[in-house]
Amino acid sequence: MDLSTNYLGLHLRNPLVASASPLSRSLDSMKRLEDSGASAIVMYSLFEEQIAHEAAELNHYLSYGTESFAESLTYFPESQEYNLGPDEYIELLHAAKEKLSIPVIGSLNGISVGGWIDYAKKIEQAGADALELNVYYIPTDPELTGQEVEDRYLEVLHAVKQAIKVPVAMKLSPFFSSMAHMAKRLDTAGANGLVLFNRFYQPDIDLETLEVVPGVVLSTPMAMRLPLRWIAILHGKVKASLAATSGVHTAQDVIKMLMAGADVTMMCSALLKHGPQHVTTVLSEVRQWMLEHEYVSVSQMKGSMSQKSVADPAAFERANYMKALNQYKVII
Amino acid sequence: MKREHVTIDGNEAAAYVAHKLNEVICIYPITPSSNMGEWADEWSAAGRKNLWGTIPSVTEMQSEGGAAGAIHGALQTGALSTTFTASQGLLLMLPNMLKIAGELTSTVFHVSARTVASHALSIFGDHSDVMMARQTGFAMLASNSVQEVMDMALIAQAATLEGRLPVLHFFDGFRTSHEVMKIEQLTDDDLRAMIDDDLIRAHRERALTPERPVLRGTAQNPDVFFQARETVNPYYNAFPDVVQKAMDKFARVVGRKYKLFDYYGSPTAERVIVIMGSGAETVEETVDFLNKRGENIGVLKVRLFRPFDTKRFIEALPKSVKSIAVLDRTKEPGASGEPMYQDVLTATTELFINNKLPFAFPKIIGGRYGLSSKEFTPAMVKAVYDEMKKENPKNHFTVGINDDVTFTSLEYDASFSTEPDDVVRAMFYGLGADGTVGANKNSIKIIGEDTSNYAQGYFVYDSKKSGSTTTSHLRFGPRPIHSTYLIERANFVACHQWFFLEKYDVLRNAIPNATFLLNSFYGPDQVWDQLPRHIQQQIIDKKIKFYVIDGYKVAQATGMGARVNTIMQTCFFAISGVLPKDEAIAAIKNSIKKTYGKKGDQIVQQNYAAVDQTLANLHEVKIPAAVSSKIEMPPVVSDKAPDFVKNVTAGIIAGFGDSLPVSVFPKDGTFPTGTAQWEKRNIALEIPIWDETGTCIQCNKCAIVCPHAAIRVKVYDPKELATSPSTFKSMDYKGVEYKGMKYTVQVAPEDCTGCGICVDICPAKNKKETRLKAINMTEQPPIRERERANYDFFLSLPETDRRTIKMDSVKGSQFAQPLFEYSGACTGCGETPYVKLATQMFGDRMIVANATGCSSIYGGNLPTTPWTFNHEGRGPAWSNSLFEDNAEFGLGMRLSIDKQHQMAMEIVEKMKSEIGDDLADAILNANQSDEPGIYEQRQRVEDLKKKLAGMNSSDAKRLLTLADMLVKKSVWIMGGDGWAYDIGYGGLDHVIASGKNVNILVLDTEVYSNTGGQMSKATPRAAVAKFAAAGKPLGKKDLGRIAMQYGNVYVAQIAMGYNDAQTVRAFMEAESYDGPSLIIAYSHCIAHGINMTKGMTNQKYAVECGHWPTYRFDPRLAQEGKNPLKLDSKAPKIKFEEYAYMETRYKMLTKSHPREAKELMKLAQEDVEARWKALESLAAETPGNGAAPAPAAPVKPAPSTN
Repeated sequence: MDLSTNYLGLHLRNPLVASASPLSRSLDSMKRLEDSGASAIVMYSLFEEQIAHEAAELNHYLSYGTESFAESLTYFPESQEYNLGPDEYIELLHAAKEKLSIPVIGSLNGISVGGWIDYAKKIEQAGADALELNVYYIPTDPELTGQEVEDRYLEVLHAVKQAIKVPVAMKLSPFFSSMAHMAKRLDTAGANGLVLFNRFYQPDIDLETLEVVPGVVLSTPMAMRLPLRWIAILHGKVKASLAATSGVHTAQDVIKMLMAGADVTMMCSALLKHGPQHVTTVLSEVRQWMLEHEYVSVSQMKGSMSQKSVADPAAFERANYMKALNQYKVII
Repeated sequence: MKREHVTIDGNEAAAYVAHKLNEVICIYPITPSSNMGEWADEWSAAGRKNLWGTIPSVTEMQSEGGAAGAIHGALQTGALSTTFTASQGLLLMLPNMLKIAGELTSTVFHVSARTVASHALSIFGDHSDVMMARQTGFAMLASNSVQEVMDMALIAQAATLEGRLPVLHFFDGFRTSHEVMKIEQLTDDDLRAMIDDDLIRAHRERALTPERPVLRGTAQNPDVFFQARETVNPYYNAFPDVVQKAMDKFARVVGRKYKLFDYYGSPTAERVIVIMGSGAETVEETVDFLNKRGENIGVLKVRLFRPFDTKRFIEALPKSVKSIAVLDRTKEPGASGEPMYQDVLTATTELFINNKLPFAFPKIIGGRYGLSSKEFTPAMVKAVYDEMKKENPKNHFTVGINDDVTFTSLEYDASFSTEPDDVVRAMFYGLGADGTVGANKNSIKIIGEDTSNYAQGYFVYDSKKSGSTTTSHLRFGPRPIHSTYLIERANFVACHQWFFLEKYDVLRNAIPNATFLLNSFYGPDQVWDQLPRHIQQQIIDKKIKFYVIDGYKVAQATGMGARVNTIMQTCFFAISGVLPKDEAIAAIKNSIKKTYGKKGDQIVQQNYAAVDQTLANLHEVKIPAAVSSKIEMPPVVSDKAPDFVKNVTAGIIAGFGDSLPVSVFPKDGTFPTGTAQWEKRNIALEIPIWDETGTCIQCNKCAIVCPHAAIRVKVYDPKELATSPSTFKSMDYKGVEYKGMKYTVQVAPEDCTGCGICVDICPAKNKKETRLKAINMTEQPPIRERERANYDFFLSLPETDRRTIKMDSVKGSQFAQPLFEYSGACTGCGETPYVKLATQMFGDRMIVANATGCSSIYGGNLPTTPWTFNHEGRGPAWSNSLFEDNAEFGLGMRLSIDKQHQMAMEIVEKMKSEIGDDLADAILNANQSDEPGIYEQRQRVEDLKKKLAGMNSSDAKRLLTLADMLVKKSVWIMGGDGWAYDIGYGGLDHVIASGKNVNILVLDTEVYSNTGGQMSKATPRAAVAKFAAAGKPLGKKDLGRIAMQYGNVYVAQIAMGYNDAQTVRAFMEAESYDGPSLIIAYSHCIAHGINMTKGMTNQKYAVECGHWPTYRFDPRLAQEGKNPLKLDSKAPKIKFEEYAYMETRYKMLTKSHPREAKELMKLAQEDVEARWKALESLAAETPGNGAAPAPAAPVKPAPSTN
């Protein structure tokens, strides 16, 4: 049975990739992911804001209150150098590349075409096999048009593509007026892969403190329906690799995503919940399913249930909504 | 090896040589020498090696006494060793210095000479400390400038190795230690050429070693001590030759020539000043100036002060000398003259008596100058030379002050100046927070290193820790600069903050045709009409060229926030023309890269952007022909202020302290309290404003956390509102205790520092708009007048009767008047809320012994001080003795009060029949455990005094002077962790073991905050501090548990930000306990690198992670058979790192030493877990069942009557 797949031009031993999560913050857990069978690891994201904020914060607090009072002209010893921003990240990536044999994909999270794109180069230099760009952007300005929002994504992609040679995947949100067109534009602009979808962490309200709180919750299997639809729609319409992320918890989820047309499936919440060894379980169940259903390879099932391959392409479209609604009415 | 030019200060110059030439360095922070130790520590931490390829070991000790002891030991066992100190620190080293010298041990101590505290403390420079060391047997070598500091440091080391006398190498604190100068840096080759390896071998061979055992430090008897003491004479006789030999060798190697006594001036001078230290530079400059104008004068600079070489001294004087003035930078009250004057007199007389004086006996006069860095200017020098011309010149004179009491002072013409025209003399008025000083230091480096100009920078800071004003004095010129005094005639003045215009006369020092640069909200066409009248007048009169820039706007646009430093620096270069514009900009950018590069590219880019946007916003202003402004400078203090404040304090506030005469000052250092209220600083851009419309829940938390007593609460009769200003706010009081009364939260608009802690802590949110609370930050200037009137009215409302206040609650305690207000502490200070709370609860019967440190500075630094009094005239009496003796100082107060109380009680008992049995019995048996009890006793004492007033017996008269002691007094011993954990720990330990009724408040910031954040034993593991650049490797000392071991000490560990109610209870219990009480208060601090607005949140996290468990250990409970320890905080619920990484002191280690940070953080987590377990187990024990600490001594081992 051949579980191997191609993603971003990388040959992977199976379609189960560990997506950006706290599990890639230490070499130990990255090693455990590899040992459990993950075919590649996307490192945790280096945030543009974090890089900028960290430098500004350090500068602010190291200089705050200095040169004000004759007895205490400074408050901290002067360090010869500071390991700022990406340094720690780059060191970990470098160590991971030395210790692991599976591909390691760097991840950058930001929106501006600022100096942070230089970090893409640093990630490449540290040995990353590819780079995932997570453009996490909430356009709140009512004056900002959809076109402008889309253009920003493309600007970032252009800038990064110019800066580095390793493949670049774009991790996207589903909130585009025309998802397919946006995918096409990115594809044309040279994106080597599209990762569908980014889960925006939605804020919550704490009723006791009357504060807006981050309220991070892990995904549930239901979350996979959205990427499933769009992967099925996009499969065969873009050259870029397709990665499914959000709600991939079980072997069934993996198989469904592959059938919809994903080149790889990415797992995060399930791994955080069950630990890296969950990869072994899922892979074993995928094999079992394939055996029982007489599939011999991943490439055989890849895209077999995509929009262009299914008997009823409209099932992925508006018609499907009507059908679902009718079913709902019947149930109540 | 080519010598580089570097632009550094005196401390760095000394540390540079000391670090190169030593192996063991033991240090302790004290201003202004701390930086030398910090440099040594940083260099060793960074792996910088000494001349012989090893990294010197640098160790911080618990006191200067400890440092000297450690150095003594290191020297005895053969290492090349040194230390750095000043002032009281040097005094603590004296006993060891006598030993080190008595044992003929080679070492150099580098001292930035500083005033020793007498009637007051001063951090500034004079020779009163080094003069105390004259008897130690150390040789004493003076440096007069930054270059000389580097040179003499080397010469001293060479001489001590050869001549075996230890050397005290000193230079003037601040004036030289902190003056930034372009100097030539000695190379390793220079150092190697000067230091003889054979002498180092000889030093090692004299060391103690079991291989060649000897005994040193014997006790000797009258039969031999004297003779043995005289054995060292040959070394002292030879030492001047040794030093001169080293100076001569230095001249051959480096080129600069020095003599033990360097004469400068006319070879036929008749009048000569003899002087030592930085003042000699100013005298040299004046001599040059006056000789060129026909005078015939000279100056003799004393370099080797001890051993004093009489012969060389006389030889160095010109044979033509007829009059000598000896200037001493110290005061020796009661002596026949100051030390150097006496030496000169003795030397001259001795040679005269022996017929060896090569000239006729001159007139010799002596005088004092420059105490505590008092300015010493060419005008003063000229006054001395002029005095010497007189037939009967004044002797034992002073110069630089107006002594209208004993008339010692010489008059001088302040307008006399020697400043040459080709020197750029630039003054910059800035705020500490705007980065002005840092930018100017960079400018000096740029000019010093990128041009052939000589450069000098000196910086003056005010004495407040928040909103502090800085004045930078920069000189650049083609020749070496000898002007060791502030700029008096500036040809460039920059004012970096608009609001200074109404506070200071910033153009006072501008000369005609000077340039004025103003950071202005107003453009070139609008600014003129906004200027105060005196500024307009001077611009016109002096034909000043005037430029404006809206630096605030450029800073905002480029993300620089409040830091206008780079922008103003760019303007300075653009206008002054010190460098061609393009070169200047390139140099500024290069300097930005050097300064900020390691802190990330973003910071560099922001600064670059600020430079690039500056020039387009810089404009010259066209000056109208006439003054049009009606804006006058407001009065410095209100007319309502007491006379002393109006006549003395106001002058100091306005910057005219130098011109106040001797007669206006108290003779014994006694000052009135309650003066901070008159200094309206207006430093807050935003202040909290109360919403009285319903959101407020009247919890009073805003008041308790306010570090400056600038937000207050009152309850009062509604009738009082009849005369209130229309904008004064009030609401009905919600509780039952003051039912029917009104309640107000009011801010002191001009005293608030805008820290925002009150708003952060406020728990009440507006139901319509949750971003709003019951108090909200609001822009200050538009509401200043209105709120000033409201605050005045608020203050006029009657204070709550203390008898009705529920003092042991947060809410209740805040209705008591704070008797500590508007201090100069940092914005958002974590210490002052505790101090203020203590004054609310006990202030009207409180005496405070305050250890030197932050609390003594914000508590006692002139011009104004925060300790105050209530409407009855009662309030805390406060004093600061020293750093190391505070617990003992406070104990002494207790002993004295107890004794006087006892005597008063004895007389009352004795005079019962005259006083009346009822009154006497009531006094003798008074219960003063609460406010009503104290009130009643006060009434009785008043009755008693009335009765005594009419009696004539000696007992009655004695009792009258003692009667006030019949009212309970509360002794508070306060200080920081540097005092309690380190330098004063021995005393603190003894005092708590005394059983006496003292209350000790440790304001624990976990570092030496006042001297700039050096590690103490309170510093937690994994935190970065000075002297712990790689993170403190060991855990924090547990002072609370140590104190608990005595069993009879009340101990509380508190954190207001975690539990304010526990804080109040702890204060109440500690004070009520008739024995020693120790309160250890977590005090967030600017030295933690935190958001000071959120300081209370940091406190909360410190407790929740287990780093700062809160508890109370009350020995009274043990007496009741209960466990005395009550843990008030809950088991740790977050990881230590969740708290720690909110603070730069921990976080920066992950950036500077990531590996160590991980390791130390792991250990720090173990620390908190272990500490919690230990406390939990102590608190859980059943008394009598083993581990719970039982009182080791009776709860009240000695009678204490209060």
